[in-house]
Amino acid sequence: MQRSRRDFMKLAGVSALGLSAGTLGFLGQGAQAADALPTATDFAKPITAKQWAMVIDTAKFDDALFKKVITACHAYHNVPEIPGKQEIKWIWTDEFHGAFPTERPAFLADAQEHRKYLLLCNHCANPACVRVCPTKATFKNNEGLVVMDYHRCIGCRYCMAGCPYGARSFNFRDPQDFIKDMNLLYPHRTRGVVEKCTFCVEKLAQGKMPLCVEASGGAMIFGDLADPKSEVRKVLKEKYAIRRNPSAGTEPSVFYIL
Amino acid sequence: MYNAKYIIPGLIIFLGLVLFPFIKGIGQPELKIETEKPKNVKECVLKTEKMRDVHMVLLNEWRDDVIRNGKRVYTNEAGKQFNMSLTNTCMGCHENKDKFCDKCHEAVGVTPYCWTCHNISPVKKEGGK
Amino acid sequence: MIEKALKGSPRYFGVLMAFLAIMGIGGGFYLVQLNNGLMITGLSRDVSWGFYIAQFTYMVGVAASAVMLVLPYYFHHYKAYSKMIIMGEFLAIAAVIMCLGFIVIDIGQPQRMLNVLINSTPNSVLFWDMVVLNGYLILNVVIGWTSLMAYWKRVSPPAWVKPLVYTSIVWAFSIHTVTAFLYAGLPGRHYWLTAILAARFLSSAFCSGPAILLLMTLLISKVTKFDPGKEAVKTLSTTITYAMCVNVFFFFLEVFTAFYSNMPGHMDPILFLFSGFEGHTYMTPFMWIAALFAITSLILLIPYKWRYNRDVLVPALILLVIGTWIDKGMGLIAAGFTPNPFEKVTEYLPTGPELMIALMIYAVGGFVLTILWKIALEVRAEVEGGL
Repeated sequence: MQRSRRDFMKLAGVSALGLSAGTLGFLGQGAQAADALPTATDFAKPITAKQWAMVIDTAKFDDALFKKVITACHAYHNVPEIPGKQEIKWIWTDEFHGAFPTERPAFLADAQEHRKYLLLCNHCANPACVRVCPTKATFKNNEGLVVMDYHRCIGCRYCMAGCPYGARSFNFRDPQDFIKDMNLLYPHRTRGVVEKCTFCVEKLAQGKMPLCVEASGGAMIFGDLADPKSEVRKVLKEKYAIRRNPSAGTEPSVFYIL
Repeated sequence: MYNAKYIIPGLIIFLGLVLFPFIKGIGQPELKIETEKPKNVKECVLKTEKMRDVHMVLLNEWRDDVIRNGKRVYTNEAGKQFNMSLTNTCMGCHENKDKFCDKCHEAVGVTPYCWTCHNISPVKKEGGK
Repeated sequence: MIEKALKGSPRYFGVLMAFLAIMGIGGGFYLVQLNNGLMITGLSRDVSWGFYIAQFTYMVGVAASAVMLVLPYYFHHYKAYSKMIIMGEFLAIAAVIMCLGFIVIDIGQPQRMLNVLINSTPNSVLFWDMVVLNGYLILNVVIGWTSLMAYWKRVSPPAWVKPLVYTSIVWAFSIHTVTAFLYAGLPGRHYWLTAILAARFLSSAFCSGPAILLLMTLLISKVTKFDPGKEAVKTLSTTITYAMCVNVFFFFLEVFTAFYSNMPGHMDPILFLFSGFEGHTYMTPFMWIAALFAITSLILLIPYKWRYNRDVLVPALILLVIGTWIDKGMGLIAAGFTPNPFEKVTEYLPTGPELMIALMIYAVGGFVLTILWKIALEVRAEVEGGL
């Protein structure tokens, strides 16, 4: 019900935009695009949670879907494509051995062995990165998200040493030249700060799902882990799901159905 | 006084250096900077005089509210609501950074680092940084 | 007293100029880093700390090691250290300044450095490290300067120095313990995640720091009239020997725990260091040299007849310093990040610019130390000559 209503709204929004573009074209390009700028009304109905969480149905992914999901995130958030070991990534893939090394996988079933796994910041309930940050530049907000305040980061990279999931990237250089098509509505980062996945906090504030979840076509489920009636809790009740390196005690909020 | 022949001239030079900007400013006309105003919109978030004084404070408050407090809507004295966003709200109207922001910033010699991350305009790509 | 630093032999000014020149060259590379970012280093997403932080860690040890003189001298009234004590305190000052320098060159946004104070965060060990390092710097400046001033004026130091000295003894342990806690509290880094890390840090500090002090003091005694005293050299070399034995012993405790338990996470970093991991063997030559040097230094130091012979002592100390430096200044950080939590290896070796920038900080330390020691030696010569 909720979903179909939102889809309808989106459809209505798109056609309205098309209409305005058609009829108001004489106002010039600037005015036309300005219509699409998020305004206060866009933030009127945010969706909130105590602890946002994600369940990834790994069997539903193939290379094309990975690409779609990763591009949806990286293109919107202006994540630069820097070659080599000083790369920056918010969401990426790895095979089972890299994704779940603490499972000590041996003689894996073919399906799991040949599958890739989508990796991103776990938005842990008890994050090591937040514990070590000397300036509160990374902190846990009241919705359970692990947030980065790039204005405050001094670039000490202590959080990168603290994170057991390799979710954080450091801007070793100015990223601007490595962003192909700048999304003008969203900032990029500066040299000398750490960055990572945000669970699309700015989309949640507009009542929308994270971009990767939207792009996944149902292969990723998102919701409030603290709410027993949420979609994620329903899925977790039905299917066995694992988390990355649970023995680190960080309580990751990203679950994987194998 | 010990070493008065060194101390007194030293003090005079020191005071001269400290007071130099004020002395130089005496009798100068008030600094007037012409900035390009938005064409389609008449009212800013706050009154112009207030914006001139506290826009940096406001931006810092917006920044902390959006990132740290999860608050994204700003209501001004007139009850009008705004999306707290430098690029999407401020720069959505003030289309020319070089003819608006830079004018004063250059005259008073400040270089805010907003633009190392935030885009200059939400709608058009600028050549420069 | 400071005027003693302004007059000196051409050799003294030559040394200062040499340090300034190195600072200048390193400073040029630092400007490149400031303008381009840490991309000029060999650091990566996987190995996000490297040579800078390793040198910082080693220098914290050197700073803390002054306590090996301060404790016997002030606590047990061991008078043989009366000539060495100020040298140790001034070395600690130079070492802490280097520590702070290594932190500054490592951070990506140095202009925001004061955020650590403005937004002070007591749950971060880095915040406490900042507190203890600056506190230790102030303690040593105040204690060292006041004692030397009193000595120069031929009076006994004011009574308030005593409590500060006792504080500095505890404080010295705290700086290296807190520095170890930077590493030991991280859930994904097996090589660091060990309760003995702080103890290992202290033991390696208490042998390498006094070894550096002793080597430099012996060098000074060759080029000036300063004589640390036979007794002092003997006792300090014995302290170094004991600390080195404990240091090596603690390392074997690590090896036992890792390999008897047979837990891969604990074994992998040690294997990476000494035999390579999945074909990555770039650290193994360094580590075997460190092991060889450490053992040789112990063989030369443990028999007291060799240890008390300066011709044996000096090479033994040099071997010890190189061995502990490789262990802490190279191996410690590399093995913390390698293999990474996903059992993959990203190779890290410092780049040329990175080494030059680190050298700049070492030159700053050398510059400060030269001036401080010059003052201390001049004051001593003046007082002794006047007696």
